[in-house]
Amino acid sequence: MIIGLAHYLTVAAVLFTIGVLGIFVNRKNVIVILMSIELILLAVNINLVSFSVFLHDVIGQIFALFVLTVAAAEAAVGLAILVTFFRARGNIAVDDVSVMKG
Amino acid sequence: MVLQAIAFYLLAATTLVAGLAVISARNPVHSVLFLITAFFSAAGLFVLLGAEFLAMILVVVYVGAVAVLFLFVVMMLDVDFVALRQGFARYLPIGALVAGVLTVEMVVVAIKVATQGAAGKSTGPAAPYAGVTNIEAIGRVLYTDYVYFFQTAGLVLLVAMIGAIVLTLKHRESVKRQDIGAQVARTPAAGMRIVSIRSGEGLDE
Repeated sequence: MIIGLAHYLTVAAVLFTIGVLGIFVNRKNVIVILMSIELILLAVNINLVSFSVFLHDVIGQIFALFVLTVAAAEAAVGLAILVTFFRARGNIAVDDVSVMKG
Repeated sequence: MVLQAIAFYLLAATTLVAGLAVISARNPVHSVLFLITAFFSAAGLFVLLGAEFLAMILVVVYVGAVAVLFLFVVMMLDVDFVALRQGFARYLPIGALVAGVLTVEMVVVAIKVATQGAAGKSTGPAAPYAGVTNIEAIGRVLYTDYVYFFQTAGLVLLVAMIGAIVLTLKHRESVKRQDIGAQVARTPAAGMRIVSIRSGEGLDE
């Protein structure tokens, strides 16, 4: 019953996939898409930390710290854009956003 | 060891079930609460690994800041969330297909890496840093070799904060605001008028 690296990597892989699936099935709801991105970044962090611990190298945890920083910044800016979008359009359905016309 | 295994399976199952609930909950407020659950149990996994500092940071940053930010936005926006769920069943088959392929691939690679990679020869998470606590080990590296990266991370947060404020700040013309310059520049001559009124006549104005 020894919990090894493979166990943690499997949990991270499944969590990553749940995040990707969340982006697929919630195409309209941008709030849930942002939460799915947070789940994906959490899975990446679990990978980094478990490799850091099993390789006896603390730099992986430093990198996870930076990923955490970027995730927090991304959530703040994403939600600010969402609030601005809601003020302009009155809803947050993102599947038909084509104002800029590429 | 058995206790550790039980804790691992409990925390991992909680993380994954909460993650599934995040993407499938009907009410986005419930999604946010399940996200908090997922982050808490992931922090438990970090403690189990021996990364106590990151576990605490995960609770402070994610549960204390990011999840509460999500909660604010979900409750502030008056959105018909039922309409936004249209297409959930339509995209589920293709999403599940992609997710299944992705899971199988990544789990195969993970097991391969764990058994044959450099980390596979490791003896496990027992006593990774001789005589040094986790937070001390991080601090020794973060403030020396990675100090520029650390400063850049702070800059990223500053830019994100300014960007969020600039995006959401709006000036409404109907709201009266204090103008300190105008207040200080006001003189008695501009603000006051001396009128001599004759008795019994009053002021016609």
